[in-house]
Amino acid sequence: MDVAHVAKLANLTLKKGEEKKFQEQFEETLKTVNVINELDTSGVKPTCQVTGLVNITREDVIDQSRLLPPPSANGGYYIVPSILSAQ
Amino acid sequence: MTGLKKKEFSSPELVQACLNEIEKEDSKIHAFLHINPNALSQAQKADINLPLGGIPIAVKDNFLTMGLPTTAASKVLQGYLPHYESTVTRTLKSAGAIIIGKTNMDAWAHGSSTETSDYGPTLNPHNTDYLPGGSSGGSAAAVAAHMCIAAIGSETAGSIRLPAAWCGVVGFKPSYGRVSRYGVIAMASSTDSPGPLTKSVADSALLTQIIAGHDPYDATTSPLPTPDYHRHLQQPLKHLKIGLPKEYLEVMQPQSRDLVLQAVKKMASLGHTIEETSLIHPKYSIGVYTIIQRSEVSSNLARYDGIRYGLDRSHFSDEAKRRIMLGTYALSSGYYDQYYTRAQKVRTLIIQDFHSSFQKYDLLIDPASPGPALKLGAAANDPMFGEMQDILVEPSSIAGLTGISLSCGQINGLPVSFGLIGPQFSESLVLQAAHAYESAI
Repeated sequence: MDVAHVAKLANLTLKKGEEKKFQEQFEETLKTVNVINELDTSGVKPTCQVTGLVNITREDVIDQSRLLPPPSANGGYYIVPSILSAQ
Repeated sequence: MTGLKKKEFSSPELVQACLNEIEKEDSKIHAFLHINPNALSQAQKADINLPLGGIPIAVKDNFLTMGLPTTAASKVLQGYLPHYESTVTRTLKSAGAIIIGKTNMDAWAHGSSTETSDYGPTLNPHNTDYLPGGSSGGSAAAVAAHMCIAAIGSETAGSIRLPAAWCGVVGFKPSYGRVSRYGVIAMASSTDSPGPLTKSVADSALLTQIIAGHDPYDATTSPLPTPDYHRHLQQPLKHLKIGLPKEYLEVMQPQSRDLVLQAVKKMASLGHTIEETSLIHPKYSIGVYTIIQRSEVSSNLARYDGIRYGLDRSHFSDEAKRRIMLGTYALSSGYYDQYYTRAQKVRTLIIQDFHSSFQKYDLLIDPASPGPALKLGAAANDPMFGEMQDILVEPSSIAGLTGISLSCGQINGLPVSFGLIGPQFSESLVLQAAHAYESAI
C-alpha cells in the first residue's frame, strides 16, 4: 500500500515517521481483513444498505424554526478562514 | 419517574443530586465533556406531566445540541456550537428531559475504549484502572456512576452494547432505521443507530419509545409505526425459541462464558427453549465491518476541511487518520472490487445467514463482549483493538438488527454481559425477553 499516495488522496498531511508507522499497521489490519476472501461470493449481490427502502424523497422546504438565525453581525454572513493564498 | 410524579422529590432536586455526583466523581471518571450550565434552571421550569418531564439525561457528544458545544471528542471540532438540533435531542427535550451534559467518547466514535478521545479517556466506575468500553463510554460510565438517570449513545457496531457491558448497565441498540440519525455526527452511515444506556430494561423501553420513529430529515428511517415498547413489557411473554450460536461461545473467555451459560439456564427456567445453533463465524464480520466502516468514514470525514466546521485536517488524531486512509485505499481505483465490493457481498451472506436463523428462532443469544473490561492502555497503538472487542456485536450491527446487553454477573468486581439479538424491528420482543430475565434475577 502506497501510504503517501493514499494520504494525498485523503487530503491528509503526514508527519515525519508516520508513513512507516501507518504502513506497518495497515499491513497488519489488511491481514485480518483478508479473511473475507475465504468465503465463496460467486453470484452474491452486494449489500449497500439494509433498510429495503427505495427512492425516499421529501419537499425541499427549509424549516427555519430548526436553525439558529445567521449572526446579526457581519451583515448576516458567516466568517470562515481564507482558503486561497495571496499568491 | 414515579418519584417525581408522586412529588417525593422535585426535578431540581434530582438534577442537583446528579450534579453533586458529577462534582464529586467526574474529576476521576471523566464521563462528561460539557455540563449544561442551565440544567438547574431548566429543571425549575420542567413540566413533570410530560413523559420524561424533569428527568436529567446525559447525551453522547456526537449529537448536535444547540447552545451546548458538540465536538465528537475531537480537537477538530473544539468549541463548535451547532446551528441546529439533532432529532433525538429535540425529541427528548419535547418530552421534557433535561440534557444534563455531553458525554465523552472515542473521537468521532472511532474505537471501543473511549481511550481515543482527544480530551483524555473515561475510566470505568467499577474500577478506575479499567476502561469503560466505547465508543459511548462516557454515557455508560455516567449511568453507572449515577451522574444522570439515563443516557443516550450511538452504536455503529458495539458502541452502545460494549460500554454498557463493561460498565454493568443496560445498553439497547434499536434496528438501523428505527431512530433518526439526523444531527448525529456521522461515522458509518449504513450502520449508525442511536439508542439508550440505562439502569433497567424498562428505562431503555421508555427512552426508545420516545426517540424512535420516522423522521422526514433522515430518509433511512422506517415508516413502520413505533409500538408502545414500554406497555408491551407488561404483557405476558410467550415461551420463545432461542438460538445459542456456538461460534459466539467459542470466542468468549472461559469465566465469562460460564456466567453466560448460567444466564442461559435462567432463560430456560422461564420456559424458553434454548438450542445450540451455528452462524457464520464472527471473524468474517470483522473483515466486512472494517472495510465498510473505514470506507464510510473516509467519505463522511471528507467534509471536515476547516472551512465549514472547526479546525483543519491536521488536527485529526492517529486513529481518525488511520481510518480515513484505510477507507480511501479500499475505495480507490484498482482496490474497490477487491475490498469494498467483496465486503458488501460477504455482508449479504451474513444477512442471509441471520435471516435463515430467524426462520427457526425468535431470538439469538449474543453477549456484547468476550470478557469483562480491559485495563487502561489496552487500546493504545492497537489499530484493531475495537474490532477484536466488538467481535460478538459486529455481525448483528452490519445486518441492521436490534440487540440488548445487560449484566449477568461479575468477575473480580467487573461486570460481564449477557445479550439478546432479534430480527430487524423486533425491538418489543427483545425488550420483553430481556425485561423478563432481568425481573427473574
